[in-house]
Amino acid sequence: MNKKLLLGDEAIALGAINAGLSGVYAYPGTPSTEITEFIQHNPLARQRDIKSQWCTNEKTAMEAALGMSYAGRRALVCMKHVGMNVCADAFVNSAITGVNGGLVVVAADDPSMHSSQNEQDSRFYAKFALVPTFEPSNQQEAYDMMSVAFDLSEKMKVPVVMRIVTRLAHSRAAVAIGEAIEQNEFNASNDRWVLLPAIARQKYVSLIEKQPQLEEAAETSQFNTMEKVGGGKGIVACGIAYNYVKEAMGNSANILKISQYPLPQKAIKQFAADCAEIIVVEDGQPVVEEDIKKLLGADYPVRGRLTGLLPRTGELTPDNVAAALSAETTTPRDPAKNLAPRPPQLCKGCGHRDVYGALVKIIEDYPDARVFGDIGCYTLGALPPFRALASCVDMGASITMAKGAADAGLHPAIAVIGDSTFTHSGMTGLLDAVNANADITVIISDNLTTGMTGGQDSAGLNKYEAICRGLGVDPAHLHVVTPLPKNIDAIAQLIRDEIDYKGVSVIIPRRECIQTAARHAREAARKKQA
Amino acid sequence: MKKDIILCGVGGQGILSIATIIGEAATKAGLHLKQAEVHGMSQRGGDVQSNLRLSTETIYSDLISKGATDLIISMEPMEALRYLPYLSPTGTVVTGSQPFVNIPNYPDINDIYAELDALPSVEKLDIESVAKDAGNPKGANMVLLGMAAPYIEIVTTDQLRQAIATVFERKGSEIVTANLKAFDMGVESATKN
Repeated sequence: MNKKLLLGDEAIALGAINAGLSGVYAYPGTPSTEITEFIQHNPLARQRDIKSQWCTNEKTAMEAALGMSYAGRRALVCMKHVGMNVCADAFVNSAITGVNGGLVVVAADDPSMHSSQNEQDSRFYAKFALVPTFEPSNQQEAYDMMSVAFDLSEKMKVPVVMRIVTRLAHSRAAVAIGEAIEQNEFNASNDRWVLLPAIARQKYVSLIEKQPQLEEAAETSQFNTMEKVGGGKGIVACGIAYNYVKEAMGNSANILKISQYPLPQKAIKQFAADCAEIIVVEDGQPVVEEDIKKLLGADYPVRGRLTGLLPRTGELTPDNVAAALSAETTTPRDPAKNLAPRPPQLCKGCGHRDVYGALVKIIEDYPDARVFGDIGCYTLGALPPFRALASCVDMGASITMAKGAADAGLHPAIAVIGDSTFTHSGMTGLLDAVNANADITVIISDNLTTGMTGGQDSAGLNKYEAICRGLGVDPAHLHVVTPLPKNIDAIAQLIRDEIDYKGVSVIIPRRECIQTAARHAREAARKKQA
Repeated sequence: MKKDIILCGVGGQGILSIATIIGEAATKAGLHLKQAEVHGMSQRGGDVQSNLRLSTETIYSDLISKGATDLIISMEPMEALRYLPYLSPTGTVVTGSQPFVNIPNYPDINDIYAELDALPSVEKLDIESVAKDAGNPKGANMVLLGMAAPYIEIVTTDQLRQAIATVFERKGSEIVTANLKAFDMGVESATKN
C-alpha cells in the first residue's frame, strides 16, 4: 500500500480527489486553507480539471457546490467554522433541496481560538440542518471518510458535513492511499429544487423521513466502534478526543468512539447499560454530552464539560483528558520564570504598519475617533504598538459598525478593512453606507492578496476603485495612496480632510504584502532560470 | 521506543524545515510519526512550536503531554524556556543561544541562561555564528538540527543527513551541500556524540 505523510487537511483533499471529486469551492480560513491548496497543486486534480479557484466568500462557495451537485458531479466545500455562519442560508436549505452529485461540507473548527474569534462547534449546524456528520479521529480516517461521505450523500440525497478541529487539520501522519475512482458523468437533476412553500414543505417532510436511515448508518458505521473491558466507567469519545482517551487509558477502558452522526442512540443505550457511568469527551462544545444526558434520563450519571469534569472552554489536550479520567501522569515542571509573551505582530515593512502609523496620528488629533477593524493581519493593529482598533467582530463588520455608530452620533467613525475581506462581506455594507450618505471614512488596506492565510488570490484584485465607484462612492472622495513610512504624514492629512467631508469617503492604501512580494520574486527568478 | 520532541522558535526562523527533515528520516526508517504544527496568525513574528512524536508503536495523541517531552529543540533561548512544563524529568534542551528580541519586555539574557543551565541536560550554541562560519547564514536551523542529532537517537545522524539531501534536492545540489555542512558543524558542536 502506498503511504504518504499528510496533514489532516491534505488527507481530506486527497481523499476527495480519489473519491471522484469534480470541484472544490472555498474561501481561505485557518485551519481549513490547506485542503483547497492541496487540490490546486495536485497533478491528478489538474489532469481531471477539478475546479479549485478560490471563491469570494463561503456563501458563494456553498452555492456553487450545490450547483455542481445539481449537475450530477461530486463537490466539496471547505471553510473555517465561522464560515458556516456566512454560508448558513445556503447550507441549511441545501438539506431541504437535497443533492444529486455527492456534496460534502468541511467545517474546520478552532477550539481554543488559535486563529479565530470564537470556538463555535459545527456539529450544531449539522444537527440543525438534519444532515449527517463525520468527525475523524486521525488522518487516516480523514482520508477514508471522504469516499464514504460522498457515497452516503449520493445514496441519501443529503449534504454531509465533515467536522475537523485544528489539531487534526494541522497535524501530519502517514496515510495509506487507495486508488482514485472515476468522476461522475454530467447528469443534471430533473427534480425541482424550487423551495416555494408548497414544494419546500414536501421536501422538509422527506428530509425528516430520512432521519431513521441516517441514524442507522451511524449505528453500523465502521467509524463508530466499541471497546469493552468490563463494567464501571464508560467513555464516549468523539472524533479526535478518542486519541487523547487512548493515550491516557491504552486498552484498559470501556470506550464508545463516535465519528459518525446523527448519534447512534441504540449503541449508546447498550453501552450505558453495561457501564455504571458515562464520561463524554468531545472537542468543542458539549453537543453530545447534552444529547446523551437527555437520552439516558436524569438518573443516569453523565459527566463531561457541562459538569466541570473537563474544562468548559478551550481545546482538549492529553493533559486535561488524562486528568478527567484519573489516568497516571508525570508532575510537570513549573513554568519558567524568565519568560515573556511573544504575540504575533505585523511584519517589518508591511504596508498595514504605515496605515496604522497614520491612524495613530488621527486618534491623537481626534480623541472621540473610533476605528472599527475587521478580520485579517491588520487586526493586529489592535495590539501594541498601535492599539488603534475599537472593534473586530466578523468579516465586513468594520464598515457597517462604523455606519451604525455614525448614525448614533459618533464622529469620526473610521473603518479599516482588507481587500479580500472587503469583497468577502464589505461591499454590501458600503452600499448601505452610500445609500444613507453615512458620515464615515473607510480605509480599504489593499495588499493585493489574502495575507493572513498565506497569500491566496484576492477576489477583487485590480477592481477596488471600480467596485467603489459602482457602489456609488463619489469619485472626488475615493483615493488611492501608497502606504510607505515616508507617506505617513500625507496619508494622515488625507484622512483628516476626508473626516471633514460629510459623507462616505474611501481611501485605498495599496502596496503588495511583503510575504507574497518575496514569493513572487522567487517565482520570477525561478522562471528566468528555467 | 518513543521520542517526543518539541521544536520551537519565533515565526519565520525555520523550525518547520527541521520538522520536515526529521519527519522524512523517521518515515524512511519505518517509524510511526505525528507532527502537529501551528499555522495562521501566530506565524507573524510570534512564538511558534511543533510537536513531533516518533515511535516504534502506534501513536494516538497529536500533542505531547506535560512532563513527557524527551527533547526540546529551540532556535532561541527564551522560547526553549516556554515549554519547560512539557519537558520530562530527564529531558534535554538543545537551543540556539542568541536572543531574538522583537518585544519590549524581553527578560535579561543572563537570567535566561541561568535558568537553562539549571536543567539536567542542556546544549546551547550561537547557531547563527556557526552557520555564518559554514558559509550558510540561512542555515542556523541546520546547525541546530545537527546539534540535536545525537539526542534524537530513534533516527541516526546518517539517516538525518540523507533526509536533508532528499528534502532539499528540489532546490539544487549547492543548497544540499551547504545545509549538510551546517548540519555537520552542528553535530561536531554537540557535547554528546
